[in-house]
Amino acid sequence: MQIFKALRQYYWPYRRYFLGSIFFLVFVTGFTVVYPIFLQLAIDEGIVNQNYDLIPMLAIGFIIVMMFKGLAAFFHQYWGDVFGIKTVYELRKALYEKLQYLPFRYYDNARTGDLMSRLTADVEGFRFFLSFGFAQLFNFVMIIVFSLIVMFYYSPQLALITLFMMPILALTVQRFDKFVHPAFKEIRISMASLNTRVQENVSGMNTVKSLSKEEFEKDRFDEKNSHYRDRYLYTSGIWSKYFPVMEFIGNVAVVLLLAYGGYLAIYGTLTPGAFVAFFSLVWYIMGPLMNLGFIINTFSQSKASGERLLEVLNEPEDIKNHDTAINAGRLTGDVSFEDVSFYYPNEEKPALQHVSFQVKHGETIGLMGQTGAGKSSVTQLIARFYEATHGQVKIDGKAVQEYTIKTLRENIGFVLQEPFLFSSSIRDNISYGRPEAELEEIVEAAKRADAHEFIEALPSGYDTVLGERGMGLSGGQKQRISIARALLVNPSILILDDATSAVDMQTEVKIQKAFRELMKGRTTFIIAHRISSVQHADQIFVLENGKMKERGKHSELLKEGGMYKRIYDIQYQDLQTIQEESIR
Amino acid sequence: MPTTRVMERFRYSQDTAIEKPFNWEKLARLLHYMKESGSLIVKAIVAMLITTTVRLIVPLIIGQWALDFALANEDYELMLQLAVLALFLYIFSLFANRLRIKWTNEIGQNAIHALRKQLFNHIQGLSNRFFDNRSAGSILVRVVNDVNALQELFTNGIINMLMDIIMLISIVIILFTLSPPLALAVLIVLPIMFFISTKLRRNIRRSWQTVRIRQSKLNSHLNESIQGVRVTQSFSQEENNMSFFRGVNKENYDAWDEASKKSAVFRPFVEMANALGSAVLIWYGAYLVMTGSIGFGVLVSFAFFLGMFWEPISRLGQVYNQLLVAMASSERIFEFLDEEPNVKSKHDGNEATNLKGEIQFEAVTFAYDESRKALNRISLSIPKGQTIALVGHTGSGKSTIANLISRYYDPTDGRIMLDGIDLKDYKLHRLREEVSTVLQDTFIFSGTIRENIRFGKPNATDEEVEQAAKAIGANHFIEKLQNGYETEVEERGNVLSVGERQLLSFARTLLADPKIIILDEATASIDTETEVKIQQALKTLLHGRTSIMIAHRLSTIREADNIIVLEQGNVLENGNHEQLMKREGKYYDLVMSQFKALTV
Repeated sequence: MQIFKALRQYYWPYRRYFLGSIFFLVFVTGFTVVYPIFLQLAIDEGIVNQNYDLIPMLAIGFIIVMMFKGLAAFFHQYWGDVFGIKTVYELRKALYEKLQYLPFRYYDNARTGDLMSRLTADVEGFRFFLSFGFAQLFNFVMIIVFSLIVMFYYSPQLALITLFMMPILALTVQRFDKFVHPAFKEIRISMASLNTRVQENVSGMNTVKSLSKEEFEKDRFDEKNSHYRDRYLYTSGIWSKYFPVMEFIGNVAVVLLLAYGGYLAIYGTLTPGAFVAFFSLVWYIMGPLMNLGFIINTFSQSKASGERLLEVLNEPEDIKNHDTAINAGRLTGDVSFEDVSFYYPNEEKPALQHVSFQVKHGETIGLMGQTGAGKSSVTQLIARFYEATHGQVKIDGKAVQEYTIKTLRENIGFVLQEPFLFSSSIRDNISYGRPEAELEEIVEAAKRADAHEFIEALPSGYDTVLGERGMGLSGGQKQRISIARALLVNPSILILDDATSAVDMQTEVKIQKAFRELMKGRTTFIIAHRISSVQHADQIFVLENGKMKERGKHSELLKEGGMYKRIYDIQYQDLQTIQEESIR
Repeated sequence: MPTTRVMERFRYSQDTAIEKPFNWEKLARLLHYMKESGSLIVKAIVAMLITTTVRLIVPLIIGQWALDFALANEDYELMLQLAVLALFLYIFSLFANRLRIKWTNEIGQNAIHALRKQLFNHIQGLSNRFFDNRSAGSILVRVVNDVNALQELFTNGIINMLMDIIMLISIVIILFTLSPPLALAVLIVLPIMFFISTKLRRNIRRSWQTVRIRQSKLNSHLNESIQGVRVTQSFSQEENNMSFFRGVNKENYDAWDEASKKSAVFRPFVEMANALGSAVLIWYGAYLVMTGSIGFGVLVSFAFFLGMFWEPISRLGQVYNQLLVAMASSERIFEFLDEEPNVKSKHDGNEATNLKGEIQFEAVTFAYDESRKALNRISLSIPKGQTIALVGHTGSGKSTIANLISRYYDPTDGRIMLDGIDLKDYKLHRLREEVSTVLQDTFIFSGTIRENIRFGKPNATDEEVEQAAKAIGANHFIEKLQNGYETEVEERGNVLSVGERQLLSFARTLLADPKIIILDEATASIDTETEVKIQQALKTLLHGRTSIMIAHRLSTIREADNIIVLEQGNVLENGNHEQLMKREGKYYDLVMSQFKALTV
């Protein structure tokens, strides 16, 4: 119940739909029980007592009552649905907005698949109970109460017999549910694992083909395929075992009715009409009873779903604007680190240890070091994607926390190692950071990123719509679009996170040219593994295990003879030999 | 931003129709998958007939016999006999029902299993050209979702359809036998019910389809916004995205509201159709009873049967929906199954095991499509054991040469010989076992490190796996991992660095022990220390094998026995490093440009 309370704000404003729906449900259920009564009256009063005048009244009356039932059913169902879908609308909106603002820290450990299943399946699971499950539970209680009242009115003895069958059925249903839910869960798990297998096979098809392992893959797939079938059949086995039994218990009630009710009708007080009516009433009770397990299950499902939704909604947005944060407009781009240490959440090893440096606006900084040395951490702290554990990161002499996040990020342009493009036109991808940009500005940015030529060569030019994840462009082309994107926002600080590694050497030369264009008049941080990418930098920082190991210009670091020199030697030994050869 | 622009901020391909018009040919082809359960189908139908018969007899027992004979004659003995009869029929039906559910599920699952197996196996045999044009996701959807969409139809749909048709026809026959005039009067509801379940339903179905299409657009966006969230935050576009999402969310809400309303309208219609039938029954039926032309038990039987009408009609409507969905899914599935591999294995192909690894290109021309020629009458000779480096710009034909040797494609003209025999004359799997490609982006399957290495030779022992890792020098980092060789890794997991993945794929290939290796050298960022290890490992891997390298690093290129410089599908020059440097041609220029990058 606590979960429903916590999520109250999303459905409570629409409670009038819910109450209306329940109000009409009372009529729907009430009118349902009317049918056997009409049948009984027609038989006992009309036929047996030869009161034929009653018959047309009953027929017309029945139509009228059913008309009301139909109307009530419409409002009950429609308003129930509206209650659910309005809640879905609100929930989705809240979830989406949450996701936009959750910090990088959250996404480091989140999996897209898991989040997606919360946003789709769990939202649906929660809605289903609101729209349907609760009303059904209510309906269940009412139909049993109404039916029993009518039954007791007609014949207390017969009603007791029916009542006697109910616990037996309820027990069977409960046992069935106990077995069938885990079995259904296993089906879902088995399907998920089949899904993963196919996904891996298709994504790794080049590897499969290059090692000629198709037959091996077929066998591995068949394992999953057969497992799924076996799980499914196991579940349908449970189904086939219990379901006919449940039906049978209801049928036994019919048989008892025939035997005992027949006795009462012949020798006792039961009228033929009431005898007939009982057959309908028995099914009104047995039917919902068989579904009770399913309905209760929707309740526990919705509780679990609600819990998973709350997990996302309650996730702290720890990178927030401070109350005193200022909207500074354009920043100059002086960056300094003052004794900065940084630990990624839940990690014991520091990502940065006592790092201090100063960068004047317009300077270019090269960041080098092994994977995990702390290069990316430096840039992510500047953009405040994370916050320093100790020390201060300052831009233009003020701590990054003193600016609004928007100011900060509008002044920083990022080109990431894996360029992510959206399903949108090339034009809209380039103007992603500045949607109001004119086409001329976009073309200008593309030209400077050396992307204009290939874009023009595409069938629809700038209006070419890219598939999800930018399918259809080469790595180099995607990268150039992402450079144009960064260029268009005209940032004062530019960060190139290993941006050229995914392209071949010839393309790199081209992109490097674009970068030089891009870097003019901005503070630039270049993360790279290749000496050629950083050698022209004003300062090169060589990091190791989160510490600043070496710093200086290319020529200075070569003289120092440390790590930078070693990397240089490895990368350039060939060229040196060639150089010597050509001098000879 | 103006609203029109906001809604065009992201564009998602609209799902192709979720349902398709009914088509007998496709249905016949689908039913084919049920053929192997032949005897099971007969048994299931028998079981189904038994349960249906019981369901039809019981109303007669209660209505006609119990009321008109037992009750009317005050014959309690007959009443008891009828009760016992009903009990036996129900017991009988209990077992028949159990078997029916079991068998129909078996039939359905066998069909689904067979279809999925055939589909997956067929895809394994398809050529690269097939995979070039499709995303992994679109293939996945067919093997998983489209096949699942057929599940209901196969397990319950078809058998239920039979059951419902039999049920409806039987009820009509029984009603007419009991009392033709009353049957005629009551059955006026039948056309109304059919109208409701076809016309109204169609309308409702279409509006739900709109809901699903909008939902899938919304989901596509959700998925993308999660994957691209870092870009969004970097460019502080959260608010613009939110207004886009509000639009999509609203669109979905409106469609949903519309569909709900239509579905809810359905209810009063159903109620009214039922009420009309019952009213006619009460009025006219009572009249017939009073005039003595039928017993009142007949009237009651009619009431019971009328109550049984709606269920099969409604279910038939559902099966029809299922059929339309199945049509769309099966069309997509059959499209894949009808796809022929471009590269076919010869049935009586050569399966020679002791190949030497000598390759010859004889005037080979290749075009991916008519407008795009990738290779132009190339002739090459690669002696066994030599290392060849292919050098040139993107699009010069380097990858094409590699792809042709693995026979991922066949030459448009000319031929390629391995040990003097045309590649096409080898069994395809034999050829591919001898020609291994080490790819730039090493694919890691989810599983342990050991399983990933063993992928190169599934029957390798643990020792062989470890030896291969050791020979490559991958054992150092593997042993440092928490669980060593048993460490679980996955495709996008961050347990391994790019360089370590590369080493893993070397070990994998070493274990496969091919005669010819094609290496697409990684351009991706590998830190320099790992790079050195990779260079050493490469020497081990290439030792004694013919190798063709798509090289990017000068250090690798320099050591090749023969360097082939390509431009627009033509061989510009070839020779070893010294020879080419002396020529001062294209290769010389290339080397010098890098050299300049260093000194300027």
